[in-house]
Amino acid sequence: MSIFNWFKWKYRRGSAPVARDRLKVLLEHEGRRRLKSDLLGQLRGEIVAVICRHVTVEPENVQVKMNRGATVSTLAIDIEIPA
Amino acid sequence: MAKVLVVTSGKGGVGKTTSTAALGAALAQSGNTVAVVDFDVGLRNLDLVMGAERRVVFDFINVIQGTVKLSQALIRDRRLDTLWLLPASQTRDKDALTADGVARVIAQLRQTFDWVICDSPAGIERGAMLAMRHADAAVIVTNPEVSSVRDSDRIVGLLDAKTEKAEKGERVEKHLLITRYDAVRAGKGEMLSIEDVLEILSLPLLGVVPESQEVLRASNIGAPVILCNASSAPARAYCDAMRRLKGENVPMTIPSDSKHLFGKLFRRRAA
Repeated sequence: MSIFNWFKWKYRRGSAPVARDRLKVLLEHEGRRRLKSDLLGQLRGEIVAVICRHVTVEPENVQVKMNRGATVSTLAIDIEIPA
Repeated sequence: MAKVLVVTSGKGGVGKTTSTAALGAALAQSGNTVAVVDFDVGLRNLDLVMGAERRVVFDFINVIQGTVKLSQALIRDRRLDTLWLLPASQTRDKDALTADGVARVIAQLRQTFDWVICDSPAGIERGAMLAMRHADAAVIVTNPEVSSVRDSDRIVGLLDAKTEKAEKGERVEKHLLITRYDAVRAGKGEMLSIEDVLEILSLPLLGVVPESQEVLRASNIGAPVILCNASSAPARAYCDAMRRLKGENVPMTIPSDSKHLFGKLFRRRAA
């Protein structure tokens, strides 16, 4: 089967999965700013609340950072606990 | 307590005006007082879809500029006496739609009606931003098609950032309305499925309006689709969506015309 035929076969089977995958990748990328403004603030608030239940920390000593890469995103939480 | 609803999508031609007319008529039919407001200055069409194009004398811009009172510009629907239309202006000067003016008119409508439904123009320009500005809730109209889904995602971002509610730290209630859905094509993998769209947009589903000839027929004759043929699939879909909008728990189904069609054929044969 030539590459051309393979493509034809693949798209005949239904192009919707291709559309879905393209959209997922695209919106992941475009939605970055929205996630930052929404998700991080919420995460920070909830993390601080959980920590405060067990240890006394100043809310400003809790740092939440998110690094979003092409394949992997990381969430870094840095909490300063008084001695 | 009045509720301001914006019907928006980003992309044009997905069914905002059809949905505004249908949901407005459905709410009015269920006993609520409803004002539908056309924000598409320069390209008004809600009047045409609702069959009121020949009764437009004054418009939204006239009210904003103080030329006439709001009550003079509102057009009462001939079929439902609790349904009113505020038409957009056909002027090419889009700046005539001022932020202050819109705020004033919406506040006034809130005092009189149970529901104020703002039909947003396509795009993310001034008209679209002002249409969503005062919304308590939003209906995001999406076709199961890549460009429509992408634009809907963009609009969701704007609803979370640029509305009055968002600026106060509150949230605009968001509802996804999928229109022009073809269950057969989705089943064959030729069209994004409901699950695909929900997964991508992660919004609560208000309803699924199937692709149907009834929608064009309704706009041809100038009647909201729920009044044109109340038993048609899109009419039933919009009525279910309206009930969900009012907080009723309606099981999610995709109405179809096919059974109806079989029934028709059968009746014809039997006769």
